[in-house]
Amino acid sequence: MATARTPAGLAHGTHGGVGESAPRPDGTLKVTGEFAYASDLWHEDMLWGVTLRSPHAHARILSADVSAALATPGVYAVLTHADLPAATRYGLEIQDTPVLADGVVRYHGEPVALVAADHPETARRAAARIRIAYEELPVVHDEESATAPGAPVLHPGRDDDHAVHVAHPNIVHRQPVVRGDVAAARARADVVVSGDYEVGMQDQAFLGPESGLAVPAGDGGVDLYIATQWLHADLRQIAPVLGLPEDKVRMTLSGVGGAFGGREDLSMQAHACLLALRTGRPVKMVYNRFESFFGHVHRHPARLHYEHGASRDGQLLYVQARIVLDGGAYASSSPAVVGNAASLAVGPYVVDHVDVEALALYTNNPPCGAMRGFGAVQACFAYEAQMDRLAERLGLDPVEFRQRNAMAQGAVMPTGQVVDAPAPVAELLRRVKARPMPPGRPWETAGGAPDVRALPGGLSNTTHGEGVVRGVGYAVGIKNVGFSEGFDDYSTARVRLEAVAGQPVATVHTAMAEVGQGGVTVHAQIARTELGVTQVVLQPADTRVGSAGSTSASRQTYVTGGAVLHACRAVREEVFALGRARLGAYHPAWAHAELLLEGGKVTTEAGEVLADLADVLEDEVIEVEREWRHRPTEPFDLRTGQGDGHVQYSFAAHRAVVDVDTELGLVKVVELACAQDVGKAVNPLAVTGQIQGGTVQGLGLAVMEEIVVSADGLVRNPSFTDYLIPTVLDTPAIPVDVLELADEHAPYGLRGAGEAPTLSSTPAVVAAIRAATGLALKRVPVRPEHLTGT
Amino acid sequence: MRVNFTVNGRPQQADDVWEGESLLYVLRERLGLPGSKNACEQGECGSCTVRLDGLPVCACLVAAGQAEGREVVTVEGLAEHARRRAAGDGTTARAPAGTSLDEARRWTPAPGGPGAQALSPVQQAFVDAGAVQCGFCTPGLLVAADELIERNPEPSDADIREALSGNLCRCTGYETILDAVRLAAARAGEAG
Repeated sequence: MATARTPAGLAHGTHGGVGESAPRPDGTLKVTGEFAYASDLWHEDMLWGVTLRSPHAHARILSADVSAALATPGVYAVLTHADLPAATRYGLEIQDTPVLADGVVRYHGEPVALVAADHPETARRAAARIRIAYEELPVVHDEESATAPGAPVLHPGRDDDHAVHVAHPNIVHRQPVVRGDVAAARARADVVVSGDYEVGMQDQAFLGPESGLAVPAGDGGVDLYIATQWLHADLRQIAPVLGLPEDKVRMTLSGVGGAFGGREDLSMQAHACLLALRTGRPVKMVYNRFESFFGHVHRHPARLHYEHGASRDGQLLYVQARIVLDGGAYASSSPAVVGNAASLAVGPYVVDHVDVEALALYTNNPPCGAMRGFGAVQACFAYEAQMDRLAERLGLDPVEFRQRNAMAQGAVMPTGQVVDAPAPVAELLRRVKARPMPPGRPWETAGGAPDVRALPGGLSNTTHGEGVVRGVGYAVGIKNVGFSEGFDDYSTARVRLEAVAGQPVATVHTAMAEVGQGGVTVHAQIARTELGVTQVVLQPADTRVGSAGSTSASRQTYVTGGAVLHACRAVREEVFALGRARLGAYHPAWAHAELLLEGGKVTTEAGEVLADLADVLEDEVIEVEREWRHRPTEPFDLRTGQGDGHVQYSFAAHRAVVDVDTELGLVKVVELACAQDVGKAVNPLAVTGQIQGGTVQGLGLAVMEEIVVSADGLVRNPSFTDYLIPTVLDTPAIPVDVLELADEHAPYGLRGAGEAPTLSSTPAVVAAIRAATGLALKRVPVRPEHLTGT
Repeated sequence: MRVNFTVNGRPQQADDVWEGESLLYVLRERLGLPGSKNACEQGECGSCTVRLDGLPVCACLVAAGQAEGREVVTVEGLAEHARRRAAGDGTTARAPAGTSLDEARRWTPAPGGPGAQALSPVQQAFVDAGAVQCGFCTPGLLVAADELIERNPEPSDADIREALSGNLCRCTGYETILDAVRLAAARAGEAG
């Protein structure tokens, strides 16, 4: 696809276009404190909503008494399941999630009742006065307990599409991927390595809590101002719960304080609307951090068994793998996570003989769904650990071994899909390896006294260098971009061009959820490049325009960006038609030359200026709405996993350098270098920010982050005191090397960038810790006790 | 109860404050200053960092009553705070409240959006360095970083990391935040 061309006659292209590190349009508001996040919204006469949640992981509700709560002064409504007006269940794919618990609670923290009151503390105290009588039920918490004979079935009478092909009703979905002949390959293998790996439950830990404001409208509908990842998917789920047609539920995106997958499912959306419609008053709901840990799905914890076989000369012959993901109490996006884990289970390597199965369980653990990396993260931790062990057995350098087996453009995935765009896996590894190493013993100073801030343990002053060992590790990963397996993954964009006070102004309207990633910046850049204008107005994202799909799967720059691009090009053609009609008689180039919009003017490709854009437009307003789709995908065969299931693949590699205090088990990550191919860096500063941010989330999974769930299904650490995410002291220097190898199928050749760096960061850090300690380390996060054996 | 204190140079009075309310709640919900953020409300994330008589504190951990008679600076007042500091007014907190007639007459709308010319050096550096993504941590980081540069105009990387270690960011991986603080300090050094 052609990128923007700059005519020779203009010294400067349009400023702030594609390829530049244009500043964020919301940057100034965000640094002055004026940017309105969902939790900042306020309305006259507004009430506060709170949620009463289950204290048990699995229990029958015997009775509910809300009288004391309702009698509390300042309380306007108390709702339980019995008060729901219409549909009582919702879900992204499978409608198995109760709006409020229906006789049974299936996980710790499941919503049971709602309260609206005039002060949040009044609402909380009233919620505490609701009397729910529970009868506790047996809990299933892993594969063994979920599929044991006589195990409690979480969702009896399932009628979803996956129910018919799973071996047990507590299995949400199972996807095999089978290719070649593993048994024959195993017989030929000189080296076989097998291992069991485990990934803990990671939380998105976006900083802006779940929140929104629902305002009842005079027409019986409701206006919802909300922090979400996908307005139209929310709408599709909320409207049936309210018993309203979709046009009576008008949604507007408010400021979103991060997402990372955790806002793909509904949290308080339907609850706030129900309270607003019941009370006739605007209702605001804001979770605190404690509730946020219960209020959204998490990354699936996983148990993975891998067996790899290789020839003596270092060629991978086969991979056999079994990946068991814990989906928790409700389906959320578990089926799609299973599809990703299965299809990407082998990693970015060429392997002819593959036998993989991935499945997700229903258990009484917290529901799990989307988080950055989406099924590929868990697999990457395991296959990269296997690659290091194979290299060691073969006596090969771990990077060289990976490079020998690295896929490249034209490679065939285990699903049979041909990778028909650049796949520079070996080059990414080469780049991170070629970087100069950070200096050793960084705590040593000229004065002699160590700078403890550069040591494991930091200002805790636990070592001055004794017992500290350095390690280096490498990893590389593969992530799909966009929604897969035949999903109709489109975006809508409306673009208007007009002259305002003699200047051309473009207006871009989409429903894309800006969650921090910088999609708004990119949309303005695309409009500037395609329409040659400087001024671009971005309309608030809302449901008055068609769906922009989800801000997930690294897809927004590709798909909604693609929609903006094509809408702009349609506008441009109308400008040229208008110009030919109005001015064509004055210059033959209008009819015969290739025309461009550049710097507010209509020019020929050679750079001759034909007219000011504003003069062509006069009072005309050109507005175009376009839906845009990437190439279609197809479902994976349920038995073999074969199929062109993915749109695009994205690759990143990391080198981690760590210092480990081997006596105390404390890890200091010294440097975490990343190389990634982004196809085209539409905004280089934003791309680097995505890579560094994803890298640090991977570091968090490697050494810190886990939601601890006890065997009885209770969440033990729902706070930032006990669930640790990396601080600036835990975070190393992150040098980034960005490759731009165009994918000819994608707008501007770009490649979705947000997720790939989250994959390889974790195994690289753990590989470095293994190198420093000699320990096997088959579970993340790695904790001090895993290193000291205490 | 009634609480009287000064916010960003202006005397403020909050009525009907429940004794359990935090300074953060009063700022956000009673005084219309939602810039200080509510990411954890337990003193772990730093997104509600404000200056209380000059010291950076988590507003969520300060009972509103504890602010009685004291001076608070929030992100909304950071640009003005920095401007007065640059003007050599050592008594920034005691400066007269509001906008003077002279100042009002000199005011012109800033090109490039609301407040574009009014940013403090730290605020501008965060925009320029790409240190803002979702921006929810940004107000607290700005207040903390501004305070760091105020007391240590040439901070080392280790100094910056130590000063900002109470502020969580989930988007950036902190690299661009370090860039922004280095940039702000360097610009202040050039200007000074």
